[in-house]
Amino acid sequence: MSLSIDDVKKVARLARLAVTEQEAQTAHAQLSGIFGLIGEMRAVDTAAIEPMSHAQDVVQRLREDRVTEHDQRELFQSVAPQVENGLYLVPQVIE
Amino acid sequence: MTWEIVIGLEVHAQLSTSSKIFCGASTAFGAEPNTQADAVSLALPGVLPVLNKGAVERAIRFGLATGAYIAPRSVFARKNYFYPDLPKGYQISQFDLPVVGNGQLVIQVPAQGNSPAYEKTVCLTRAHLEEDAGKSLHEDFHGMTGIDLNRAGTPLLEIVSEPDMRSAAEAVAYAKTLHSLVRWIGICDGNMQEGSFRCDANVSVHKSGTPFGTRREIKNLNSFRFLEQAINYEARWQIETLESGGTIRQATVLFDPDKGETRMMRTKEEAHDYRYFPDPDLLPLEISEEWKERVRATLPELPQARQARYVSELGLSVYDAGILTASREMADFFEAALNEAPGHAKMCANWLIGEISAQLNRDGLDIAQCPITPQQLGGMLKRIADNTISNSGAKEVFRTIWTEGGEADAIIEAKGLKQVSDSGAIEVLVDEIIAANADKVAEYRSGKDKLFGFFVGLAMKASKGKANPAQLNEILKRKLAG
Repeated sequence: MSLSIDDVKKVARLARLAVTEQEAQTAHAQLSGIFGLIGEMRAVDTAAIEPMSHAQDVVQRLREDRVTEHDQRELFQSVAPQVENGLYLVPQVIE
Repeated sequence: MTWEIVIGLEVHAQLSTSSKIFCGASTAFGAEPNTQADAVSLALPGVLPVLNKGAVERAIRFGLATGAYIAPRSVFARKNYFYPDLPKGYQISQFDLPVVGNGQLVIQVPAQGNSPAYEKTVCLTRAHLEEDAGKSLHEDFHGMTGIDLNRAGTPLLEIVSEPDMRSAAEAVAYAKTLHSLVRWIGICDGNMQEGSFRCDANVSVHKSGTPFGTRREIKNLNSFRFLEQAINYEARWQIETLESGGTIRQATVLFDPDKGETRMMRTKEEAHDYRYFPDPDLLPLEISEEWKERVRATLPELPQARQARYVSELGLSVYDAGILTASREMADFFEAALNEAPGHAKMCANWLIGEISAQLNRDGLDIAQCPITPQQLGGMLKRIADNTISNSGAKEVFRTIWTEGGEADAIIEAKGLKQVSDSGAIEVLVDEIIAANADKVAEYRSGKDKLFGFFVGLAMKASKGKANPAQLNEILKRKLAG
């Protein structure tokens, strides 16, 4: 498996990262190194091994369904760049 | 060869928990903007999600009710996209290991024109837990967008069907059955105006015997009527496009209810554009056999089982039983009324499906708001069954209970509605009518059978509507025969 410079740019765009040509080249080299490592690992037979979904072998603890948070809008909005009528204002995004 | 329409539905059912899926903020509808947006809903740095047991339990209930596989171990994943209504930059959802898989739902598709009603089983691919996004308000905020994050983090169960439906009618029947089921098992309030039950429809067309066509997804249909209109419009549009030599591109479209048409929202992103990966903030969710069994013990008898029981034990038609089990409130009302008038299931069903449903419709009420209690209905049914009142008398009793309340027996007494079942009295009355209408009697006897109704009318009028109709018919027929 290999990665093209276009793949790197596409992933950067999806992650909303602005990368220069130089940075794209660097990232390309680094990511390709990771792909190399993955290639090596692929040689190992993992057919009987269940994929790991978390680094720790423990399970999720659950909370009871109870409302425990009270309204702190004023506090939270005191650090927001712009608010109006209780709403957070952000640059317009129209699809 | 004719075109075949292929439909699969994705339904987002908002789970009826009091708190959000990953934090203790309230999920109550209609609060002032952002008063239910806590640090987790706002994605402030350093916060961590903690899963709500109530949300998981509702997913288990759904899995059990649809005979599905309930995963002993499932995993939450991040679905990455940038949009201000989800300030984390991703939605917590489930991807390759959902909590529920492989269920099924039996639907009744109503008769249409010449085609009779039929039953069909729709397979459910999966149902997974995820969080809802907030709301963007694009009104005039000096060229900015207003964000309300009260809804962000509300628990949703996304229920995905196989592409098993072949018409808008089937899709609507499926959506209605699912809607009734989630309310029946108490996991979702089903309020479509408030967005508690939203449908996305995947629609494609192909010629039968050939591979499925390319699908387009119609987003956010929040009424059964729009669902039907949108699918019919979309299918027609795809067929016309293909027949005029065009091609269909995979896309997401919106339905405009005012114009009655669908329009393109965006071309479909590829699944990997969301760059799903297991959320390191959440550990795998384990559901033990024992927990599953505890939940199973709290499930009510399901609509399909009740429908079957009404048919086999009470002798109702599949159609009637289907209407009575369309909601749990309706089915419970029916059983409570029947409890008052045991053995008269058919009559009870007829009144509920006929007079009561019609009256509820006229008054814009649903069965839970019915002004008549099951006990009042049952009390009246008992008096119809033992011939104390005729059908016309019953209508009068019904109207009185509906508008003024009261018990059937007292109303029958007060209004003098008790029908005359004394055959001596009816005979006297019939004799008088025959004597007073000698010419018509002669006509009847010379073969003009239609006049029978005329005599019944006269006799009923003479008895002020109180004569027992069956008895009257029998006596009249005998006496007229001479």
